[in-house]
Amino acid sequence: MAKFASSVSKQAGALLNWFDDRLPVTKFWNATMTGYMAPKNFNFWYYMGSLALLVLVIQIFSGILLAMHYKPSAAEAFASVEYIMRDVDWGWLIRYMHTTGASFFFILIYLHMFRSLLYGSHKAPRELLWVFGMFIYVVLMAEAFLGYILPWGQMSYWGAQVIINLFGAIPKIGEPLTQWIRGDFFISDATLNRFFALHVIAVPLALLGLVLLHLVALRENGSNNPDGIEIKKNKDADGNPLDGIPFHPYYTVKDIFGVGMFLILFSFILFMWPEAGGVFLEHDNFIPANPLVTPEHIKPVWYFTPFYAILKAVPDKLMGVVMMGASVAILFFLPWLDRSPVKSIRYRGMWYKVLLALFTIAFVRLGLLGMAEGTPAQTWEMRIWTLVYFMFFVLLFFMSPSGKNKPEPDRVKH
Amino acid sequence: MKKFATYLLFAALVLPVSSITVSASGGAGVEHSGANIGDTASLQRGAKWYVNYCLGCHTLSYQRYNRLAEDLDLSEEMVMQNLVFSDAKFADTMSIAMDPDQAEAWFGKTPPDLSLIGRSRGADWVFSYLRGFYQDGNGGWNNTLLPNASMPHVLWRLQGIQTPVYRTETSESGFSHEVIDHFELTTPGTQSPEEFEGTARDIAAFLDYVGEPAKLKRKDVGVWVILFLVLFTFIAYLLKVEYWRDVH
Repeated sequence: MAKFASSVSKQAGALLNWFDDRLPVTKFWNATMTGYMAPKNFNFWYYMGSLALLVLVIQIFSGILLAMHYKPSAAEAFASVEYIMRDVDWGWLIRYMHTTGASFFFILIYLHMFRSLLYGSHKAPRELLWVFGMFIYVVLMAEAFLGYILPWGQMSYWGAQVIINLFGAIPKIGEPLTQWIRGDFFISDATLNRFFALHVIAVPLALLGLVLLHLVALRENGSNNPDGIEIKKNKDADGNPLDGIPFHPYYTVKDIFGVGMFLILFSFILFMWPEAGGVFLEHDNFIPANPLVTPEHIKPVWYFTPFYAILKAVPDKLMGVVMMGASVAILFFLPWLDRSPVKSIRYRGMWYKVLLALFTIAFVRLGLLGMAEGTPAQTWEMRIWTLVYFMFFVLLFFMSPSGKNKPEPDRVKH
Repeated sequence: MKKFATYLLFAALVLPVSSITVSASGGAGVEHSGANIGDTASLQRGAKWYVNYCLGCHTLSYQRYNRLAEDLDLSEEMVMQNLVFSDAKFADTMSIAMDPDQAEAWFGKTPPDLSLIGRSRGADWVFSYLRGFYQDGNGGWNNTLLPNASMPHVLWRLQGIQTPVYRTETSESGFSHEVIDHFELTTPGTQSPEEFEGTARDIAAFLDYVGEPAKLKRKDVGVWVILFLVLFTFIAYLLKVEYWRDVH
């Protein structure tokens, strides 16, 4: 038996050698996994990246299966979704994987971005890593918006109507631009058909390319860590970071545990509460799209509502669109707005903790207010939090160079 | 750091969230129905009421008779004899012969398909709507939940006729107007009020089921999936601890 096993492993080794002579399999594995040193002190926040990658795979997998049964036509789309939910074997599971995955993608991305604010992961030398990540985020928003029209329910239709009309606020080219996007004078079969094409081919391709760039840029400088101390500053005689451990097997094994924890939560929503009380799947979207009946309360899905609230807070339509665009665009410049010599919040002073707390509350409150009906009192509250949102970046720029911080340790702690 | 996170969470929660309503279902006048799709007998009764009183006008164009039989523990024979009054086949959807354009001419609005009413409005809304019919002073039917609904009270023989008792309310600006205080059952129906409540609950449960037939199955599957994942994660945790022994 042992003889057999050793013979098999010898054969496998020979096969690997054959490949290695023609394709850098082992070289790639060593460079990106076993030889890639990661800080040993990752905490909860460092699960989000690998989990987002997992959700991307779930979305592609479930999306392919959905596309096998879905019909991108205004006459058939709504019925084909119900066909998937009722007549396709396990169709409901495929669809709920995709809808739950969409919301969890954003939950993970928001936590992933928040991690950067906590530990300064966007700061030099990882500015480009952050910028690629921001492009992923923007492309993901486009992907989610395009996908949301496909079920062809009332919210699909009227949500798309509101968002496409935002482009109409642009002077001169606005009106023709909206027509060009829709491919018609109103949202119609032509719009649905092209959004389907963009959702299943164009945007996912861009997304995969950007994810690849994001990972290549990450491998170049390695991960930051909760202490914000570069592990490459302290190396042993062999040139390995003293506080680094090989990504594989340490973090692959740890991430498997993270995947398990995540999938428990994911499955709970998927199987027990897929609508999440009308937040993940909106009640009005179970009514077929009807261009003649406007729903009482049109709002985008929850992951867009913070920015939607900023749009609603500004009385002028064009200025609202500009502010909403700015609220996303300003995040691209975070690495250069944050001029603090210290990366991690652990060694930054009280000034940063207060700023970040206010920013986080503003973001969450704007998200909640963006879902609400919009009473005058709520509009005023939105204005206040919009101001807080933007003031975070202004104050960060001016306070970060001179803000009082704590002394940083020489090496990472636990 | 932990302290900071706690503080943050606390601050976000203390701010009033109650003023914000997220859910589109519910709202004023919607009562808790107690509809339970796990109760097969209730679903069977609901199906009976539905085909007898509702299916004349309201199609269930996504619901197939054979799926209904499978999910509600009914045989093909029982379904074909008791629930199918048309020439529909066992595998057909629950559609009707009424022409939508004529229906619009008769009722002012084509009676909507109710396949997904359980998801867009919810079981509680259906329950309350069915119990909200009353005869207003103009000799017609009205509804508390959907004022001036074009639908007449189809179940009036069961429930009887309720007429409202008004009371006068004066607003802050001094105007007074009449609001419905409660209903009085002026003509009794064939069912007692308690029996009729059960009927409305059965129909609500049935429409809840029709809205998402997979709901019956998905929770059962989910329990096993989650149990497996808990076991998987526990083993993954042990593996992680074993690998990380030399790091800590």
